[in-house]
Amino acid sequence: MKYDLVVVGGGPAGLAAALSAHENGAQKILIIERDRELGGILNQCIHNGFGLHYFKEELTGPEYALRFIKMLKDTGIEIKLGTMVLDISEDRVIQAMNSADGYMVIEAGAIILAMGCRERTRGAIAIPGDRPAGIFTAGAAQRYLNMEGYMVGKRVLILGSGDIGLIMARRMTLEGAKVLAVVELMPYSNGLNRNIVQCLHDYDIPLYLSHTITDIKGHERVEKVIVSKVDEKRRPIPGSEIEFDCDTILLSVGLIPENELSRGVGLQIDPRTSGPVVYENMETSMEGIFACGNVVHVHDLVDFVTQESTRAGRAAARYLKEGAAGKEQVLPVKNGSHVNYTVPQHIRPANVEKFVEVFFRVDNVYRDMKIVVTSGDKELCSFKREHMAPGEMEKIVLPKKFLDAAGQEPITIAVVSQEGEH
Amino acid sequence: MVDVVIIGAGIVGCSLAYELSKYQLSTLVLEKENDVACGTTKANSAIVHAGYDPHPGTKMAKYNVEGNRLIEELAKKLSVPYKKVGSFVLAFDDADMDTVRDLYDRGVKNGVPDLQILSAAETLALEPNLNPQIKGALYAPSAGIVSPWELAIAMMDTAMKNGVQLRKSCEVTGMEKTEEGFLLHTGTGDIAARYVVNAAGLYSDEVHNMVSAPSFTITANRGQYYLLDKNQGDVVHHVIFQCPSKVGKGVLVSPTVHGNLIVGPDANDVSGRDDVSTTREGLDFVMQAASRSCDKVNYRQSIRNFAGNRALSEIDDFIIGEAPDAKGFFDIAGIKSPGLTSAPAIAVDVVRMLGGAGLPLTPRDQVVDRREKITFRELSPKERAALIAKDPRYGTIICRCETVTEGEIIDAIHTPTAPRSVDAVKRRCNAGMGRCQGGFCGPRVLEILSRELQLDPREIPQDKAGSAIVIGETKVREDIH
Repeated sequence: MKYDLVVVGGGPAGLAAALSAHENGAQKILIIERDRELGGILNQCIHNGFGLHYFKEELTGPEYALRFIKMLKDTGIEIKLGTMVLDISEDRVIQAMNSADGYMVIEAGAIILAMGCRERTRGAIAIPGDRPAGIFTAGAAQRYLNMEGYMVGKRVLILGSGDIGLIMARRMTLEGAKVLAVVELMPYSNGLNRNIVQCLHDYDIPLYLSHTITDIKGHERVEKVIVSKVDEKRRPIPGSEIEFDCDTILLSVGLIPENELSRGVGLQIDPRTSGPVVYENMETSMEGIFACGNVVHVHDLVDFVTQESTRAGRAAARYLKEGAAGKEQVLPVKNGSHVNYTVPQHIRPANVEKFVEVFFRVDNVYRDMKIVVTSGDKELCSFKREHMAPGEMEKIVLPKKFLDAAGQEPITIAVVSQEGEH
Repeated sequence: MVDVVIIGAGIVGCSLAYELSKYQLSTLVLEKENDVACGTTKANSAIVHAGYDPHPGTKMAKYNVEGNRLIEELAKKLSVPYKKVGSFVLAFDDADMDTVRDLYDRGVKNGVPDLQILSAAETLALEPNLNPQIKGALYAPSAGIVSPWELAIAMMDTAMKNGVQLRKSCEVTGMEKTEEGFLLHTGTGDIAARYVVNAAGLYSDEVHNMVSAPSFTITANRGQYYLLDKNQGDVVHHVIFQCPSKVGKGVLVSPTVHGNLIVGPDANDVSGRDDVSTTREGLDFVMQAASRSCDKVNYRQSIRNFAGNRALSEIDDFIIGEAPDAKGFFDIAGIKSPGLTSAPAIAVDVVRMLGGAGLPLTPRDQVVDRREKITFRELSPKERAALIAKDPRYGTIICRCETVTEGEIIDAIHTPTAPRSVDAVKRRCNAGMGRCQGGFCGPRVLEILSRELQLDPREIPQDKAGSAIVIGETKVREDIH
């Protein structure tokens, strides 16, 4: 089997990337999706709020996905559902399987990785206590409710105030459960502000900041959860225990880009994002292999996933047409003060048409700050921000002329006070 | 009236069932939980010990060395994951080196093959990630790793193919000596048996005391563990022990047969025999203690923590044999480490003892002693293609982390031991054992169980009876007035 472009993953990233590659002239495109339908995790996100940036209207997850699925019509893009990619080699040979085609060996001219991410589990954060049933990652609970049609519990405690946790607090409430509390280890929420308001405040669900679960009790199902306040080093404070009688715990304690395939190919992985290191056009460290969406870094909004994936698709089409981009001048993008990671991690100015968008996250909540982009000692540009938080991805646009002025020095992105203090 | 009742379907009960199934007997295994291998068997270090640790002359020494040999054989015949990876006991100072020499001598006396005392440099050449401060190590090439629950399950499944019966969710609540043998009272009726073998693990003293004068007490001693992602699975390549102390064999670091890394256990007595909760202090202790052997483990890659309870008695050896005041009643009790390794050898010997006590041991004409099992992820691309072509259910991956197909899950559901929970399926084919811990495949496994068994998903537990996953349908309007 031979394709010009194989897109691994049929969620929002894969769909946008495949469509964009098609629009930019790529022929013979295959999307491989492991689930039974296209759309990825959007299919279980039946709440609204998707598409405000990209479509300028408010859609539900399945509606957002459907827009792209409809666009596939008449493109000739092939789709294989229920298909698992087991291995990808350096020379872009893909081993995949499903029940209809059997075991497949697929040669690809270019590959776009769009496998998304998975949820961190109880084991990942080592919550002590009994191990009864009734402990779910928020996304797994969301699947049971919204796709399988089953309720997972009646009295619920949610650990982690990431967006899925907040959304599930409202969803469980609407379904008749009592959500006792959302408990957050950090002194601030990592969720979007609109979700704090619309999912917690509107339903009088208390949010316990700087708290965590320190014990779980229960033989068959969860019976009790002990929550403790934590100090500034995030250690539980003895004597601060609060006991909750509940039958269910939902965990919304972080997402991890799913890069087992990427590691298998030997792509360079950024330990800060847990995703592949990418260039300005979403090309990975291996020629002809691109990546986009949550497999690269976890996004807050699907709209931004779509934009990023559109760029990846365009770049893959260009690669198929024109071959590899030159690597004469490669500028590493470095983290300055208060910056946790950046995407892309490398920029090739010669490959930039008009500008590069750089995405990053800060390490704490800040007011009235300035983002400063420097090359060596030289300040290239700066951007003011009234409010910054780790839960809200930052984006800056670097015009090509600044990059051309950067020379060979790495580019550093730092967040400083408006007076310039680090 | 059955010939033999075995109380308890852990590694000991399953080993004995397997051995007894080779003879023309009626054997019934009673298990209080809803699956086999649910107690200590499913939560331990999963090590096939070489046998240098027990003192020469003890039952532990004898069964350990013999069991080590038997497990290798059984694993092959029954398609159970097993790897003879070898083990090191690390010495950090001169006193430890003395211990290492003692262990070497003991091992030689116990008949452990190929033991060697290695220098620090020789050890580090084989295991570069170890603490460079070590003084040397005892190397035991015959030590191995195994999947304990899969071994127990495989033996019971095979025993059942030879006619052994298993009754799950059947707790023995009392027992009487009768003229012909014993009358056992259970939650689901009385059972008469000629011989009874007590393999009740953490509850073996209670079972013993039903028909015999109290002669030992079991204390539950809990051990906690970290299980790490497969990306940590090659931090070490052998089982790495520290020198044993009064409190046990210490904290080990070891690869698992599934490719993960296991670190643990600590050792603390607990009052509840079923209390297998983990604690912050226990997990922190494990991490701390293990860092002395190897500080290259990335605990951010933890995928699960768990605890298991050792069934310790006040006697510093296994308790095996016929109760003097209850002829026909045999104990296999106090089976602490190296109990897993010893179990197959104990079973062979207890069958001999039963024969000596009058149980007629006539071999069956036809004995199933092999188990074929399809493990998709271990097949070559060619074999995979052929398998999917033959049965497309092997073409659908359900557990993406562990590459487990729908076909394997269906195979597991229809085995003789008949798993009826999501975790029971996991223990048979690894679905849900990986890094996402069933986050993605849990709903699918539940759906397949429900479909294959024609059961409402609400009736299918996560693990133990009563551990419901889903509690009802969404948008049920019955309570709206």
